[in-house]
Amino acid sequence: MTRVRFRFAKLGKVRWTSHRDMARMWERAFRRIELPLAYSQGFSPRPKVSFGLALPTGAESVSEFLDVELAPGADADLPALPGRLSPALPVGVEVTAAGRLVDGGGSLQSEVTSCCWVVTVPGLDPGELAAAVDRALAAAALVIGRERKGRLTEDDIRPGIVALESIDDATLVCELATMPRALRPTELLLALGLEPSHAGIRRISQWIERDGARWEPLAAPAGATGAPHAAGCAS
Amino acid sequence: MTSLWPRIEPLLAAVQKPARYIGCEDGSQAPVHSPHAAAWLLVYPDAYEIGLPNQGLQILYEILNERPDAVAERSYAPWVDMEAALRTAGLPLFSVDTHRPATDFDVLAFNLSAELVYTNLLNCIDLAGVPVRAERRTAAHPLVAVGGHCTFNPEPVADFVDLVVLGDGEEVVSEITAVVAAWKRSGRPEGSRPRVLRDLAQVPGVYVPSLYDVVYDGMRLVSVTPRHPDVPAVVEKRTIADLNQWPYPKSQLVPLTEVVHDRLNVEIFRGCTRGCRFCQAGMITRPVRERSNAQVRTMVSEGLRRTGYDEVSLTSLSSADYSGIEDVVGGIVADPMCQGSVGVSLPSLRVDAYTVGIASQIAKVRRTGLTFAPEGGTWRMRQVINKLIREEDLYGAMESAFSQGWNRVKLYFLIGLPTETDEDVLGIAQLARNCVAVGRRFTNRVTVSTSVGGFVPKPQTPFQWFGQDTPGELSRKVNLLRHDLQRERGVALKWHDPKATLVEGIASRGDRRLGPVIEEVWRRGGTFQEWSEHFDLTRWTDAMAAAGLSVDWYVHRDRDRDEVLPWDHLSAGLHPDFLWHDWQDALTAAGVEDCRWTPCYDCGACTGFGIEHIVASPTPPAGGSQGTGQGVPVRLVAR
Repeated sequence: MTRVRFRFAKLGKVRWTSHRDMARMWERAFRRIELPLAYSQGFSPRPKVSFGLALPTGAESVSEFLDVELAPGADADLPALPGRLSPALPVGVEVTAAGRLVDGGGSLQSEVTSCCWVVTVPGLDPGELAAAVDRALAAAALVIGRERKGRLTEDDIRPGIVALESIDDATLVCELATMPRALRPTELLLALGLEPSHAGIRRISQWIERDGARWEPLAAPAGATGAPHAAGCAS
Repeated sequence: MTSLWPRIEPLLAAVQKPARYIGCEDGSQAPVHSPHAAAWLLVYPDAYEIGLPNQGLQILYEILNERPDAVAERSYAPWVDMEAALRTAGLPLFSVDTHRPATDFDVLAFNLSAELVYTNLLNCIDLAGVPVRAERRTAAHPLVAVGGHCTFNPEPVADFVDLVVLGDGEEVVSEITAVVAAWKRSGRPEGSRPRVLRDLAQVPGVYVPSLYDVVYDGMRLVSVTPRHPDVPAVVEKRTIADLNQWPYPKSQLVPLTEVVHDRLNVEIFRGCTRGCRFCQAGMITRPVRERSNAQVRTMVSEGLRRTGYDEVSLTSLSSADYSGIEDVVGGIVADPMCQGSVGVSLPSLRVDAYTVGIASQIAKVRRTGLTFAPEGGTWRMRQVINKLIREEDLYGAMESAFSQGWNRVKLYFLIGLPTETDEDVLGIAQLARNCVAVGRRFTNRVTVSTSVGGFVPKPQTPFQWFGQDTPGELSRKVNLLRHDLQRERGVALKWHDPKATLVEGIASRGDRRLGPVIEEVWRRGGTFQEWSEHFDLTRWTDAMAAAGLSVDWYVHRDRDRDEVLPWDHLSAGLHPDFLWHDWQDALTAAGVEDCRWTPCYDCGACTGFGIEHIVASPTPPAGGSQGTGQGVPVRLVAR
């Protein structure tokens, strides 16, 4: 049984598609390049594909992941796969790496512990963003109202902020925890008192942290789609 | 003008389903506009997820973009939240391909496939920044064209459109392009609009409503006559002779987000001569033109490879009637390219042509949804509507399906048909119950989903003279069924809102006096009337009352033979005498045969255009009664 992990970027107009939309695009792309996938058993067999943490509709990313299981006995030329898959996916979705998964590894959803984001918030006064960041980092608790399964709850999101800084008057770089529940960049903006609907949001990396070490689910090769401001989110 | 995208994108975070507005579909094009090329904006006046799969629009999109003298882009009615955001931002209707404003185009061409979209038509014209009334437009405004099935009576929207195209669009769009491109090259000078409309009226199949005088005597319509000798007194529909010459769409659009009919669609034939008297589509699209078996196979295999879909729908008005249907379905299922994983769906099935052979082929991969339309609950009723399928045919189809592992089927019926009695209505319940009983022989988890729609008499059909049931009467009949079926767990009864059926009735056989009614409903915010959450009957009844028009006169009244009908100057090729005699035969429950496999009865559709059926098989493909009357105890009429 061969399991393969892909790393890909989602940039431009296609960012307005949803996580479910992306799942359908991938299934079509695998059929277009005729990659033999393992299928589930049952009434309506589906290919064995598992996606990582959902990217909010409207957000861009240079750090998305996807795991697939190849059909029994099938093998694939891994280094060639990104170049075959990208043309079969919509413009703006670019596959940057493919790697074999070792047996026993957990799912993306259970392993990833935090994500780094670059958030641009236009139209603020000079110094306003830095002041909001300082207030948030100094606060003991940041309580926001969130909807969960149709019920409004109040949550303290302060523990979910792993790192936060403003690098200019319009740009935030942050690392937000995914456990016990993923903290979304829009929720962070609400806690900072900023309007999220015009913000530009881009996921630049995802991290697995265990026993004091951290690594990416699959590293992007040098020269792959760049991640601006990535330096602000130290690894 | 340049792309509006930088101004549209900031609106997207706050609207539902933003992917409706981004374009980027596989198969979409970004044509380069030029002063020499007629620019078409093809608009589907309903939500993106309904409009995107429309094959007619996709066919014209490709044909026009292949021409050196035309470019074509697409647009869909923005949902109410996006419309509000656009109006607040001062932005117009735009194309999803290159996000150009609608007024960058020379023609706004709308697909009208249902009457309830008429208010959306007005809304899209207005959002484009074009006056909704045709008489107020100048050479600076684009032409507003409409096509699609509703155009066989376009009179209710005559005030709002510049030209109406009747019938198949494949050839006529090029002829219209030639006129429009010449107009564009002339610089569209001030005052040139009447001239270009007059030129367009010379194109066969094109109807320009403003070039006709309408005379009334009280409520009675006296005449619709051309104002000039060079404008045709009767506009005939266009018909392509051979579907094989038009293998479109070649690059079916693959949307990035969820839409209806999200699969590969291949049209296997156009037209239908079953002769169901209620069916406007079957009357106006004659004769039958089959695509060759080889071309269907090629379009399926190339389409699957290109799109990555794992389901293909073989579309037509009655797909099991296609010559060699079992071979085609079997060939797709067995194609090595499909790896045994491509499902086949046949969206429009006659029960008398659905066999175990087809069912077992389909079941090899995936049991796609099965829908059958007996339409009438008793044999007498089905003779009236000329849907000559026997109960045994229906139960045979059920056995085919349930024996091959299906446990859920859908049945469609009409209520409010001519001469209908309560016994006919209750016959629907009995048929559904009997189908459940057939299914229980194979499985305990049987669901027979039974949908009941109120009948709306349509123009250019034998039932065009019939008075439609009132909403009260339709509701009473629905309640008869609900009461009768309340203890039957295997039947899931669904029904169409009789109030919406009433509005369809107003719009489908109306005349030009309905223009102010549609305009008033639109001005009061009545868009997206096909969506129950936006539909409001009182807007319509109030507007009818304000215009001094009687709903009863337009909808519920039987017409006489000598009454001038609002669409008498438009022809789908059918002789008026044929339609009248067929109506009289209906009233005596006499059937007619399918002329594909039996002698011609001269309805006019072939002879008038010098064309004929293109059918590969001289006999009905699946055997059985096939609704042709063979072996069926029915009084057939010879003409």
